[in-house]
Amino acid sequence: MSGTMQSRENVALEIRGLRIDVAESGADIVDEVDLTIRRGEVLGLVGESGSGKTTIGLAVLGHARRGVAIHGGTVRIGDRDLNGLDAKELRSVRGKLVSYVPQDPGTALNPALRIGKQIMEVLETHGFGANQAEREARVVEVLSEVMLPGVPEFLRRYPHQLSGGQQQRVGLAMAFACRPAVIVLDEPTTGLDVSTQTHVLQTIRDLAARHGVAALYVTHDLAVVATLADQVAVMYAGRVVEQGSTADIFANPAHPYTRYLVAAAPEMDGDRQMVGLVGRAPSPGKRPVGCAFALRCELATEECVAEFPAVTDVGTDRPHQVRCVHAFGVPDRTALRVASTARVARESEVALSIRHVDAGYSGTNVVHDVSFDIQRGECVALVGESGSGKSTLSRSIGGLHREWTGEIVLDGTPLEKSSRNRPVAQRLSIQYVFQNPYSSLHPRRPVAESIARPLAIAGVDAREAAIEVDRMLERVSLGSAYGSRYPDQLSGGERQRVAIARALVSKPHMLICDEVTSALDVLVQAAIIELLVDLQRDLGLAMLFVTHNLPLVRSIAQRVAVMSDGKIVELGDTAQTLRHPQEEYTKRLLADTPVIPTFSND
Amino acid sequence: MSAEKPAGVWRSSLRLWRTRIGIALVLLLVGVAIVGPWVAKFSPSEFAGTPNTRHVPGTWLGTDYLGQDVVSRFLHGGRSILWMASVSTLLGFVFGAAIGLVAAYNRGRLDDVLMRGMDILLAFPQLLLALVALTTIGPEPWLIITIVAFTTMPRIARITRGATVPVVERDFIGAAEALGESRFRIITKELLPNVTGPLLVEANLRLTYSIATIAGLGFLGFATEVNAADWGQMVQENRTALTVAPWGTLLPAFAIALLTVGTGLIADGVSRTVAGVDRGRPDA
Repeated sequence: MSGTMQSRENVALEIRGLRIDVAESGADIVDEVDLTIRRGEVLGLVGESGSGKTTIGLAVLGHARRGVAIHGGTVRIGDRDLNGLDAKELRSVRGKLVSYVPQDPGTALNPALRIGKQIMEVLETHGFGANQAEREARVVEVLSEVMLPGVPEFLRRYPHQLSGGQQQRVGLAMAFACRPAVIVLDEPTTGLDVSTQTHVLQTIRDLAARHGVAALYVTHDLAVVATLADQVAVMYAGRVVEQGSTADIFANPAHPYTRYLVAAAPEMDGDRQMVGLVGRAPSPGKRPVGCAFALRCELATEECVAEFPAVTDVGTDRPHQVRCVHAFGVPDRTALRVASTARVARESEVALSIRHVDAGYSGTNVVHDVSFDIQRGECVALVGESGSGKSTLSRSIGGLHREWTGEIVLDGTPLEKSSRNRPVAQRLSIQYVFQNPYSSLHPRRPVAESIARPLAIAGVDAREAAIEVDRMLERVSLGSAYGSRYPDQLSGGERQRVAIARALVSKPHMLICDEVTSALDVLVQAAIIELLVDLQRDLGLAMLFVTHNLPLVRSIAQRVAVMSDGKIVELGDTAQTLRHPQEEYTKRLLADTPVIPTFSND
Repeated sequence: MSAEKPAGVWRSSLRLWRTRIGIALVLLLVGVAIVGPWVAKFSPSEFAGTPNTRHVPGTWLGTDYLGQDVVSRFLHGGRSILWMASVSTLLGFVFGAAIGLVAAYNRGRLDDVLMRGMDILLAFPQLLLALVALTTIGPEPWLIITIVAFTTMPRIARITRGATVPVVERDFIGAAEALGESRFRIITKELLPNVTGPLLVEANLRLTYSIATIAGLGFLGFATEVNAADWGQMVQENRTALTVAPWGTLLPAFAIALLTVGTGLIADGVSRTVAGVDRGRPDA
């Protein structure tokens, strides 16, 4: 950033004009990237998948993935430019001057090495300390820094003997072992439960501040950034479109894209409605000359298309830079309010009734005596951490899991355990949308055929079915032209729309949504939620919305059931439960969930 | 965006030269075997001149150990090995794939029973089993086919099961089950199309081995009839005269070699495509 007023002395990482290409075609993956991080500061690099944020993270280590080349610019750590180093010099720098914490600790740790040995290796490689005793002392010290016991029994463990949170702490310990100047964290808490995530984030912030480490935190999660970062840089289609202090970015987002991002983030206790945006960012090689967001931006003018806007500083007392000719021009989207949760006239008719259900795997119960009802036209959110039994329960209802006892009654008729034993009409009136749209569609079948299957099973003739499929494709905002496409020609959000169309084509009474947005980017997530809310209201669906994402619940569900260790610990009106939780567990869950705090508009 | 069907493994593999060359070789030899008998100058057992002679008027490459025309016998001798190899591989493939798919989809006890059965079959050395059966019952074509099919089956079953298990775990199978699709339909319409890649590789590989095995049986004297024109048997008959009249041995040997190289190249091309084809990922 050119207009930086603060002293440059504390700068730990400075990226200038970084450009990274696809080696073969020369198409830009990221370009014109300028970032500065000071000692002890955390910079949150935010963007959707494919925006180039991980590519930048790796470039800070002087690394480019296969088929990708660092084309120009400087990555300066202290007084060394990493782009000028050869492979050998880079190896000596990595882990010592700059280190990396990857997304999935389970695959990043060597499963055959004990924890102590694993950390020791980092120290030995970089010749840390004068002798073995000093290194051993450092292993114990760094483990205590990440809140793990440095006792011999722990050092002798293998990675698989640790929990996910502990594994990620070991990853952190390895990264901090040599006291690096810069640390790159690539979505290190994505796979963790909220409470574990909160603790890991706390550790990261403390360590960075205490040891004066500059941290580049790569993520798509705005709430995490809001609670963790000092500075935020927002990426879109390979460019940093806005950056500034966390408070400025969240209180006064200037770029239209940032405004959409903030508006798409779910809010926990307010009643702000999530706003989505359809379409997707252009991929490398297909990007326009001008602003890449112009294609989706309602303010786009000829100026935007002509060339990529220059950096404008819109900050008052501290730098806040944006690359948009219409900065602040976009109306505030966060003003939209969720209609009151009583919006759906609740027919007091029970659609689904769950009575004393126990479920488990080969004799071990993971769901204990669960009972609740879902009314017609009502959405109940089933919330819980991983392992709480929420998926097992929802799969039991859907007929995908057979080992359960108790009674599940749909429209007055008790359900058989396995979907195969249920009558056709019953099977079709209870539908399931899966978490991962990349695995829930038959890859070798045009989407229209996938959507038409439920109708074929219902015995609808092919011509009528085709009309119905087209209507359903329109209903989920895809259009009938999508019918002949194959799943791998669709984006994640489009696939999830297809999965929703397939679930709704047979006019079910009950829809189960199992973490349907967890694999999607925020804007897409918001758009899918908007669609589901719409469909649920129009079709009068009873819906069970399974999620681990508490803030999301606010936008969709009338009631929320909190599940822990296989039991429903709290069940009540959504707004009421989120604002005034009664149970300890719910309170803790709420406290641990990162939310975007209210930043004053100063 | 075009709504073209994503190119399948087979079609994508045709972009590789190794696959094209393999197909060309196989087509060439299949062509020789099919057209051969019509263009052959002599019948396979017709006397053409002095035995084991390199230059005999009226023949291209001389005569064999009984004075029969080498080229004519070569042209007649391809059919038996080709049809036996193809049919046995096809049978082994169909049964093996079916067992693998059923085992992978059902898991549990059925999986154990089926796959342990396959393991027992795998424990028998193929050639030894063939020799025992052929010496006790006699060199019948159906027996050769049965044995080769029977020993090919467990290998195909293993590969199929291995490739199918991860597909069974994917959600679209759950979606089909929730709709109440029949088991048969799930296996044939949902699972099978998603494991064609590895199956094609294995089928080609097994075809290569079947050709070699059947040629080997012919060489060991288990051709279907005495003095039948058969490439494997020709190598055996004429090998003692290799120095005087080499073509009687070399011509069928080359043919078998080229055929297996051809099917091997196809298998390699397809397997490279399978490894390279990356489906189910966003913007891969």
